[in-house]
Amino acid sequence: MEPAAIEQKDESAPAIRAGGVPVAFAIMLALIAAAPFVTYPLFVMQVLCFALFACAFNLLIGYVGLLSFGHALYFGWASYVCAHTAKVWGLPPELAILTGAAFACGCGIVAGSLAIRRQGIYFAMITLALAQMMYFFALQAKFTGGEDGIQGVPRGKMFGVLDLGNELVMYYVTAAIFLTGFLLIYRIIHSPFGEVLKAIRENEARAISLGYKTDRYKLMAFVLSATLAGVAGATKAIVLQQASLTDVNWPMSGEVVLIALLGGLGTLFGPVLGALIILAMQYKLSSFGEWVLVAQGAIFVLCVLLFRRGIVGEIANFFRIRL
Amino acid sequence: MFEFCLPAILGGKCIPSAALFGQLLIGLINGSFYALLSLGLAVIFGMLNIINFAHGAQYMLGAFTAYLLLQLTGLGYWPALVIAPIVVGITGIIVERTMLQWLYKLDHLYGLLLTFGIALILEGVVRNKYGSAGLPYTLPDSLRGGQNLGFMFLPNYRAWVIGASLVVCFGTWFIIERTRLGAYLRAATENPTLVRAFGINVPRMITLTYGFGVALAAFAGVMAAPIYNVSPQMGSELIIVVFAVVVIGGMGSILGAIFTGFGLGVIEGLTKVFFPEASNTVIFVIMAIVLLVRPAGLFGRRA
Amino acid sequence: MKRLFLGAAALAALVLVGGAQAQQPINVKIGIITDMSSLYADIAGPGSVAAARLAIADFKKLHPNVNVEILVGDHLNKPDVGTQLANQFIDVDKVDMLIDTPNSGVALAISQVAANKNVIYIVSGAAASDLTGPKCNANTIHWTYDTWMLANGTGSALVKTGGTSWFFLTSDYAFGHALERDTMAVVKASGGNVIGAVRHPLNTNDFSSFLLQAQASKAKVIGLANAGGDTINSIKQAAEFGIVAGGQSLAGLLVFASDVNALGLKTAQGLVLTESWYWDMNDANREWKKRWDAERKDPSKLPTMIHAGVYSAILHYLKAVVAEGGAKDGKTMVAKMKSMPTDDILFGKGTIDPNGRKRHPAYLLEVKKPDESKYPGDIYKVRATIPADQAFRPAKDSGCPLVN
Repeated sequence: MEPAAIEQKDESAPAIRAGGVPVAFAIMLALIAAAPFVTYPLFVMQVLCFALFACAFNLLIGYVGLLSFGHALYFGWASYVCAHTAKVWGLPPELAILTGAAFACGCGIVAGSLAIRRQGIYFAMITLALAQMMYFFALQAKFTGGEDGIQGVPRGKMFGVLDLGNELVMYYVTAAIFLTGFLLIYRIIHSPFGEVLKAIRENEARAISLGYKTDRYKLMAFVLSATLAGVAGATKAIVLQQASLTDVNWPMSGEVVLIALLGGLGTLFGPVLGALIILAMQYKLSSFGEWVLVAQGAIFVLCVLLFRRGIVGEIANFFRIRL
Repeated sequence: MFEFCLPAILGGKCIPSAALFGQLLIGLINGSFYALLSLGLAVIFGMLNIINFAHGAQYMLGAFTAYLLLQLTGLGYWPALVIAPIVVGITGIIVERTMLQWLYKLDHLYGLLLTFGIALILEGVVRNKYGSAGLPYTLPDSLRGGQNLGFMFLPNYRAWVIGASLVVCFGTWFIIERTRLGAYLRAATENPTLVRAFGINVPRMITLTYGFGVALAAFAGVMAAPIYNVSPQMGSELIIVVFAVVVIGGMGSILGAIFTGFGLGVIEGLTKVFFPEASNTVIFVIMAIVLLVRPAGLFGRRA
Repeated sequence: MKRLFLGAAALAALVLVGGAQAQQPINVKIGIITDMSSLYADIAGPGSVAAARLAIADFKKLHPNVNVEILVGDHLNKPDVGTQLANQFIDVDKVDMLIDTPNSGVALAISQVAANKNVIYIVSGAAASDLTGPKCNANTIHWTYDTWMLANGTGSALVKTGGTSWFFLTSDYAFGHALERDTMAVVKASGGNVIGAVRHPLNTNDFSSFLLQAQASKAKVIGLANAGGDTINSIKQAAEFGIVAGGQSLAGLLVFASDVNALGLKTAQGLVLTESWYWDMNDANREWKKRWDAERKDPSKLPTMIHAGVYSAILHYLKAVVAEGGAKDGKTMVAKMKSMPTDDILFGKGTIDPNGRKRHPAYLLEVKKPDESKYPGDIYKVRATIPADQAFRPAKDSGCPLVN
């Protein structure tokens, strides 16, 4: 069932040089390995969590063309579930993260099968509305602690041996989780499954006429994206030892859109760079005080009007490579 | 005294039927705002194919303009009801001319992203200037007090809100569905090239439509100012609910937007009486059900 | 002539003392983690920074050898950003103390960080009484106010002045429930009775359904167990439904001066609430406000109790630093501060309980009518003073493990 038409289209893409991805990946790997010795590890860990979150989001918008405006749901709820299971049930971190991700996966199945019933703008509005509903549940549920959130989540020992209380160990575990997610996404995009997704993005009607059950593909992509977002959120709960309402609320959904848009929708490395920039801005902008919101809005407007490819997309375009 | 009870399966909660009438009426008031806002969204969507994420911010801007008119020029509620929509509508026109118009040929999602950015900027600027706690805006003296309807005390202002929004909503419907201007509008959305061939300036029509949709949001904002907190974030949460309203109704029809707005207001109002815990999620739940049963929305056409 | 001589001797003594201290300069770094840009920027934020500067300036007059540096971080109302800032302030910038933090979620998160890294953390901005309850620790002091104090102040004082029957309008999440629960307990303990309660979702726009129920209950007092925009909306619409005009009174359980500003006196008049500090209560406060205004440089803003708390807390902390001969680790400083009685121009004399609860009087305030207000910011009249020993939760009831 390999659709020849789509394969052809990829080959006919004009003069794109190979080799961009391995080089960029090597650079990223080196930076991640060296980061804790150069800068503050906790900050980089947070960046990695958000980077994975944005990569997961980007899987949907960049490769299937579905804009989810409710990804905070999976990120935030996974973080709650992980924090709760680690703190109250006493699960070890790896199981807590898995439970969080599994919960996000479940939410993804439900929300995804509702949302894919509509396209385009409606899809965005539905995901936003469903996320807002789950935000209200999080607010009212007892175990989330409402506005206070959950604090003092134990980091524990990963697989019973890795003491996450040690900042460096925690860092490399986070980095490993991020890289696993990142490579998984790379694998998905370059699999036959990923090619079908891209075909749906380009022309859904044609994909249908070729005999693909596009709804099933879209749902699968949605659930994968939700689950990975959940992994990111759950990991963040362990890293920062807390879970809070911020991560399930709609501004967080907007933020991940911003990260991916700034970095470059549909690029592999864009969300990673975007996460670094936006988070750095959040801390550096402290001195700007009141202008955080305006700056974020301005980035949106500028990106949409002038740099629709995002930073990484522009770089890739300039060097005629794929990133 | 008659009582209205829910079936036992739904908890069996009872309220006096008089109070039920009161709550229905109040739901209608609530729905007025949903109707006005979803109408504006539908008008803009119909012409520009863009979901205006800045709608909530423009609603907020309407309320702030009313406040500023009072502070700076002493103009009260009634002039504000006319001036604020015009002023905010003009800012909308500027936004359309300088930014939105470049996006029509692209994926519609970019319009959503751009207007989301604009919403953030508007909210941020207003918050910087006026803080986040909110600003005072009191009821106009001519609408103070209320009527005792026997089953409830109906504040005059609420009665006015229902009346005014009904007039505005159906006026808009009439213009779009029953006048020559509306016919051009509808024709332009179907086939802009053909309409242009008739010598009609389609881009200008698009611009004015956006301005009008924005003005509707601002109008709702002024209406809200005396009873809701005038704060920078007043529109951002509301707009998400309105999005759900729009998904339920389907944006294909003007009447659909109006009816769904009012209808959901009533349903939400009743939920507040019987299951207050669920009143903020009921609209989203309805949205999910409608998507299962009628994916195109209650009044929508299958795309 | 004699007096002049005495004066000169005193001056010489001062110089001597001062000179002795000047030989050992003490450097202190304070990290203010607050909301500079969002929901709580008016009640804390830049105003807290201004208050901190005043405290340092005042302290330096007496102790010129103490050098204080301030760092400001904006937590954007995100607990993760707050945690991150607290960690960086401690690990990278080496601050000796953290302060302020409106938003209970962020404050509780930072309190954990402070305990883990043994740094002192003083909360002025957040309301959660859990900070000195089950979630207390030996590194945290809760300075200005908390939910228990608000509930207790308003609840008991109103019942005593005739507000014997209550109906609650409660925000439907943990914070609202806690406020409702605490106030109900106080009302009942003071001899009042609770007729009913209705829970509304957070960030509700329309309160009319709930207000109609409250009105129909005929309760003398409608207690608003909510905050921020919800409180403002419910008060605004209560005015519309003629609730106060009809003889019922509204009791705000978490209302700030900035909220009253947002309502305007015409709408808010008659509202009863509790605060631990009000700028127009005495000359010392008025004098302080003038200096605060000069520092804040925004005439539209009023100093709140949170700002006053930041001022008072930093002064007391610096006194403890001098007593210890330098900024020591968090647990030592907290223990020292608890052992010294507090005293400053804004809150008067006070103490700190073993669970970290700072104690001072609280005031039951009523919002003035528009014609009673003579100048901007003249918004309250004091209806009752609640003495320090009754204003806050007794340490033994707090559930804090530090109390035995």
